[in-house]
Parts: sequence; C-alpha cells; structure tokens
Amino acid sequence: MTTIETPPAAAPPRKAATVTRPGDRVFANLSRGSGILLLVVMAAIAVFLTVRAVHAISKDHGNFLTTFEWTPSLNPPVFGIAVLAYGTVISSIIAMIIAVPIALGIALFITHYAPRRLGGPIAYVIDLLAAVPSIVYGLWGALFLVPHLRGLNLWLDDYLSWTLIFHKSDPNSAPRSLFTVGILLAIMILPIITNVSREVINQVPKMHQEAALALGATRWEVIRLSVLPFARSGIISASMLGLGRALGETMAVATVLSASPVLSAHILDPVGGTFSQNIVAKFGEADEFGRDALIASGLVLFVITLLVNGTARLIIARRKEYSGANA
Amino acid sequence: MSHSISDAKPTPGVAAPTRLASRRLPKWSPLAIAAGAIAIGVGIGAGAGLSSHIQWGLIALLLFVVGSYVITARVEGRRQAKDRVATSLIWSSFVLAVIPLYSLVQTTISKGVKVLDGTFLSHSMNNVLTIQPGGGVYHAIIGTLEQVAIATVIAAPIGILTAVYLVEYGRGTLAKWVTFFVDVMTGVPSIVAGLFILSLWFVVVGSAPASGFAGSLALAILMMPVVVRSTEEMLKLVPNELREASLALGVPKWRTITKVVIPTAVGGITTGVMLAISRIAGESAPIALLVFGSNLINTNPFHGPQSSLPYYIYQQWQNGNDPSYSRAWGAALVLIAFVMILNLVARGIARWKAPKR
Repeated sequence: MTTIETPPAAAPPRKAATVTRPGDRVFANLSRGSGILLLVVMAAIAVFLTVRAVHAISKDHGNFLTTFEWTPSLNPPVFGIAVLAYGTVISSIIAMIIAVPIALGIALFITHYAPRRLGGPIAYVIDLLAAVPSIVYGLWGALFLVPHLRGLNLWLDDYLSWTLIFHKSDPNSAPRSLFTVGILLAIMILPIITNVSREVINQVPKMHQEAALALGATRWEVIRLSVLPFARSGIISASMLGLGRALGETMAVATVLSASPVLSAHILDPVGGTFSQNIVAKFGEADEFGRDALIASGLVLFVITLLVNGTARLIIARRKEYSGANA
Repeated sequence: MSHSISDAKPTPGVAAPTRLASRRLPKWSPLAIAAGAIAIGVGIGAGAGLSSHIQWGLIALLLFVVGSYVITARVEGRRQAKDRVATSLIWSSFVLAVIPLYSLVQTTISKGVKVLDGTFLSHSMNNVLTIQPGGGVYHAIIGTLEQVAIATVIAAPIGILTAVYLVEYGRGTLAKWVTFFVDVMTGVPSIVAGLFILSLWFVVVGSAPASGFAGSLALAILMMPVVVRSTEEMLKLVPNELREASLALGVPKWRTITKVVIPTAVGGITTGVMLAISRIAGESAPIALLVFGSNLINTNPFHGPQSSLPYYIYQQWQNGNDPSYSRAWGAALVLIAFVMILNLVARGIARWKAPKR
C-alpha cells in the first residue's frame, strides 16, 4: 500500500524543497547527534571495559579462561572465569529448556485456545508481569521457591541420580543450586518470550489458517502447518531475547545461589556461580584491582549478550524483509 | 471440528464436514475423562502413600493426557487424538505458568501488607538494628525517585530525538547502525551498565563513585534504548497525510515534526517513557556498584551514598533474619505497587490518547 502511494507524494516536494532553513538544519543535526551519541555510548562501554579489563588480565597469574578461583586480592592475584562461564551458560540453558515450550504454549493459548474474552486480559496481565523487578523475583526465589523445591530435588536425586546430572552429593543440602536458579530464571523470562511470540503469532495471515481449516485440518494441524512455520524465526528470536535476559540476570541469581568456585556436572549441588552474581557478591570486599578483575568478567558477559542479542535481531530483521515480500 | 470452523469467522455455519462426519465423542467427554483421571490419580496417590499432593496432580494430569489420547484415537481417529493432546498440553502449560506467577504476587502482597504502615513509609533505617523490627523505606523511596528522575531527564530527550531521527530523517548506513545498536543495547545487562559507569569514573575522576548521580547515569543507559524503541513505534503510527499536509502548506520540516508529528503521538511517547521508567525503577545491580546504599536519608543525589528501593530489598535480604525479611517484603510490595501503578497509568494514557486512524 504505502510503497505504491509514496512516490507521487514525495516527488513534487523534492523539487520544490531545496530551501533549507536554519531551524531545519539545527533540528536535523540535533536528532542525528542523539543517534550518534547512542552509538558513542555503546562504543564507550566496549572501550572503557576493555581498558580496565586488559589492565587486570595482564596481571593475572592464573589463566583467565580456565582458572576456577576468583581471588584477585591474593599476591600474586589468581582469578578466572571458568566456573562463572559454566554456571551462566548452564543456568541459562536450564531456563531456556523450561521456559521456551511453556511460553510458546501460553502464546498459543492466548491466540488460539483461550475464549476470546479471556485472551486479551491474560495477555495484559502477562505484560504486567514482565515489569515485576528482578529483585522481587530474587526475594521470592530465595524465601519461597528454594524451600518448596526441596521435594523435587530429593525426587530427582532418588530416581534420576544415575544420569549423573541429577545426582546430589549431599541430599540434605539446601537446593540453592544452578538447577533452582535455572527454574527461577525460566519463570522470569517467561513473560518476555510469551509477549514477543504472541505478537509474531498474531501476524500469521488469517488466510493461511482458514485455508488449512477449509482442507479439514484440526486445530493442532493448523498450528503445526500454518502458524508455526510462519512464526518460527520470530519465536527463535523471542527465545534469544529471553536468553539474553537470563544470561545477564544479577539479583535473582545472587539471592538464590550459594556460590563456590567448584565446577560440577551435578546441577543439583549448591555450587558454582555466574558472571553477574560473582560481580555483585565480590564487589563489596574488592579493592581497586579486584574491581578491575570484576570489570574483566563483566566484559566477557557483555560480549556474550552482545552476540546473543545481535543474532536475535538479525534473525528478526531478515524475517521482516521476507514477510514484507509476502504480505 | 465443527467447533474450530465456527471459530473462523468468514465461514460460519458451513455444513460441509457433516457429510464426511465420522463418529465423534460427545461434548462432555473431556470432563468425564478429567474426572476419571483425577479419581484414579487420587486413588493411586492415596494407595501408594505419596505425601505430596503435587505428585497426585501430576499423575492425574498424565492419566488425563494418555486417557484422552487413547479414547479419542479409538473413536475419532489419530488426528483428532493428537489435536486433543495438543489442546491439553497447551492448557496445562498455561496453568503451570500461572502457578508461580500467582504465588509470587500473592506472597509479596500477603507478607508485605504485614509491615506496611505509615511508619514504614515515613522512616529510614537510621539507628535501627537489623535484628529489630521497625524502621522503614523512606530513604530508599527518596533515593529511587531522585535517581529515576535524573535518569529520565537524561535519557528521555536523547531517546525521543533519536527516534525522531530514525523515523523522520534516518536514511542510509548511519540509521541502519543506530537501529541495530539500539536493539542490541536493549539487551545490555544492567550489571554491565553499572561496570561501565564504574570504569568511566575510575578513568575520568580517578576514584570510585558513591552517589545517586552515578547510578542515574547507568539507569539512563538502560532506559535510552527502551524509549527509542517505543517512541519509534509511535511516530511510525502517525499518518503520512498529516506530514504531507503540513509540508504542503509550506511549514518547515522541523516545525512539522514539533507541532504536528510529536503532538499527535504524544500519548504513546508518554506511555513509552513511563514504561521505561517502570523498568529502571526496579534495577538494583547498578545501584549496588555505584551508589552503595545507605541507612540514612540523603536527599542530595550528587554527593554521598544513597539507597534505593530495589537495593534496600537486597540489603535486607542479606541481613538474613526475620525482621529484615519482613522489611524486604514490605519494600517489595511498595516497589511492585509503584511499578504497577506506573504501568497501569501509562497504558491508560496510551488508550486515551491513541492516534485515531
């Protein structure tokens, strides 16, 4: 529609509007300036973090990538991100495994299954839940979720400890583990994944779905054959946005996890750590060099989230072009 | 089947499938299967002496899914059976998600209400031992309001102008880069924003910051991309005819933008800014690194440590005793109320001022 209309509308002014007024120039530059400022801020984040990080890493007597301990105050300082990177990735993977199917289920529930009068309010409430501050999730996780997960932990240990993943070294230890963190993160990223996927699913052309119905497809076949293929890339990028959140989440992890520099495949054991949890936990006692070391770990986190979010956005952008050609 | 067709509007009452109609289960069958599954689930649970009622529920759910698949597959065929399984899985995923989210809200309210009173809202933690009950969040509320206000003053104009650039001027490579990095910036973890301001302070000032202002800068970084995104969406909704009419009357482009485009979208822009505020009001990680928190009332955001509501919750949690936990729940309730009210008002404005198409 718009592409057809704009050329005739835009063409005449282009010939006449060769006059640029000073106000125009000022305003255009002002708005372009703010755009550039945003780019500068992003660049500055990378540069400043790198400067401090290089300073810290150059004095690290351990291997920054493979050392488990985080003891920059020792002489000589030894610190590394192995445990943190492992914990961050594992807890986020657990969160994704739990959250993505459920979020997709809720999105489909709202768009296709719920009675029409309920769909709107449910979507609205889930929107609101996305605004609940992470520290509140953290408080709830530490004081409510952790005691309530004890039973599930014991059950998993009893029946699934042969998988080694669900083996618990000390059955009586509190479930302040990466597994619990993963569950909490899943609950936290559920609203954002749901919201974005719901928007994508709403864009699926009605005609495709009605065509499938007309061929006698059941409701599930409509979803599998016409909704999911169309919305797939959008759902993937929604999940990656959620992943970005989970990777960077600080307070909810800091309150729930009982951290220690142990890298363990047993996700029910209360050990491990994540980048942001480590930063908040170690910041108080850190001297200036210790802070630089924490900044170095923050840089790694920054790069990881940058890659995840960048990929998600590129997928969305590609989809835009493709759906524009279709619509 | 006929049910799903009547869902799709254009072809109501088309009777075609009835000709092909195969045997169908009566409408009450899901309810009957559910009742049966629950009965057997309770039976197994009680019989095997399982203590957890959650396990009873899970057994019943499993029985329901399997039972409806088997029964439907025998009567209506495989495809219908799969459809029923998908339906029950989607319903149960919704129920599964509602439980924790409901519990979160319910716990916060029930525990928060106990400590929430006039004293709690009007007193700081000055001279209150952490193991005592009492004290309040007054200093934290002041800190949050000031830090968020400063962050908004910085981030809102920059964000809105950037959005104006992207919608009204943005052509070519620069606009593409800005769009991409605004998106990427939305995902910058709050702790990284805090670390950035920290290293900025080290490099520029030479010492660690401890003021509300430093926290505001980090919050502004988190806020800017959110404002850009929402403002951009709103400006795109403004009909092109309005711009063209104004330009055709010889009005300069910048006057068109400030007098026609932005006023048309002002409701949506306000909503976006308020939603962004509600997002940064709950950020505690940068505050922990930059503002340090304080038990005293400090109304000067440019000097000395301040507190803030989210960070106050974290501190009280760290104290690790029951009176502190109660205070944490109280503060959590205040924070949630603040964020929710902002959200509701913002959405109200959006509905009220929505641009008419």
